[in-house]
Amino acid sequence: MVEDKKIRVLVAKPGLDGHDRGAKVVVRALRDAGMEVIYTGIRQTPQTIADAALQEDVDVIGLSSLSGAHMSLFSRVMEELNRRGLGDVVVIAGGIIPDEDHEELKSIGVRAVFGPGSSTQDVAKYIKTAVGSQG
Amino acid sequence: MIIEGLDEAVLAGQPRAMARAITLAEIGGEDAAQLIEKLRPAARRGHLIGLTGAPGSGKSSLICKLAMEFRARGRSVGVIAVDPSSPFSGGAVLGDRVRMTELASDPGVFVRSMASRGRTGGLAAAVEDAAVVLRAAGKDIVLLETVGVGQGEVDVASAVQTVVVVLTPGMGDEIQSLKAGLLEVADIYVVNKSDLIGADSVARSLQAAAMQPEGAWTRPVLQTSAISSEGVPALANAIDGHREYLRSHRVPSEQEIRLTYKSILSIAGRQLIAQLESQVEPKQLKRLAAEVAAGTLEPRDAAKEAVSLFLEVQFRLATIK
Repeated sequence: MVEDKKIRVLVAKPGLDGHDRGAKVVVRALRDAGMEVIYTGIRQTPQTIADAALQEDVDVIGLSSLSGAHMSLFSRVMEELNRRGLGDVVVIAGGIIPDEDHEELKSIGVRAVFGPGSSTQDVAKYIKTAVGSQG
Repeated sequence: MIIEGLDEAVLAGQPRAMARAITLAEIGGEDAAQLIEKLRPAARRGHLIGLTGAPGSGKSSLICKLAMEFRARGRSVGVIAVDPSSPFSGGAVLGDRVRMTELASDPGVFVRSMASRGRTGGLAAAVEDAAVVLRAAGKDIVLLETVGVGQGEVDVASAVQTVVVVLTPGMGDEIQSLKAGLLEVADIYVVNKSDLIGADSVARSLQAAAMQPEGAWTRPVLQTSAISSEGVPALANAIDGHREYLRSHRVPSEQEIRLTYKSILSIAGRQLIAQLESQVEPKQLKRLAAEVAAGTLEPRDAAKEAVSLFLEVQFRLATIK
């Protein structure tokens, strides 16, 4: 039996902030949108996130940060992904990320930023479009 | 067509290739079957161990500690953790990594989460193929975690070499429900959360289930705590002991022959399905699917028709020759 290729998403929290309520809400919403969501838990390092993405062969990584350290953490994650040849994985971000940082995050390869007030349906829709367009 | 060079890259132990190969195995079909057949000879090495038990029995945490124990003994480890897919959305939350963070920074451990994807018979096949990938890539130990609730898990049990059934104190009636299937296929019983009251009494009641005929493998009943790691070295010893037993007993038991018989049929079934799907016109299969979905045709009758269509194709091919 040939199964449809499911969209696989890794949801990860790099760094030391322990607030994962938001990440878990996203996890559940993406499950309800028919995706397979791998959740790593809190306090992950950029290396362990990239290793998990590699082993799990995910299409998308959702990074969550509420600590304010997103610029340095996310750029380290992007470096580790590129080092492993995972530059084609769609990386999106959520949490508390000031508007003025969005452009810079996009310049390092973060494809979209979903801040407070974003609808989880929009996140799911964005992922489906982004993964679909990659073929 | 196999993705160029994927088999060689898996045999070389490249993590990216291993991950891709497992994705392919999960999707199934002719490409996957070809790849797995190429990898299978190299997968004879390594030891495939299934851990199964009720949700919440601490399997993930125990696997984490067990993997660390085997790593300390110098072995490389692969982990496959299966979680259920939602029957409504088809999605899944795969959260076993949360319990295995201690393994995350060890390059000698490869962890893969799999969703059951609603395949009743096919789960065992996809999981077995994933294990072939990890073993062919050189993993000495592959730990497979499944939720032990149904027939699918008994099928999975038939695909592994050593079955560890994980129980916990305070399960009472759940032991009763497990008795029918899982307790019989166990090679090793573990009472996890041994720090809780009642662990001894669960262990005692298992001693009775562990009874085996003379000369057969003696199923050990062990107690572990995934918090303190107590009992984990003994579990690793028991797993190694069972592998030694399998090696030294060249004359297979009736049960082993029965299990092998089942897995041959399951592999043959998969090969037949792959052939059926590639030879019967997709249009015909889609028509059957639409009729079943609309409720005008029973799934059983649709399957029967699909098989006859396949046999017709076979007959036509045979007469042309």
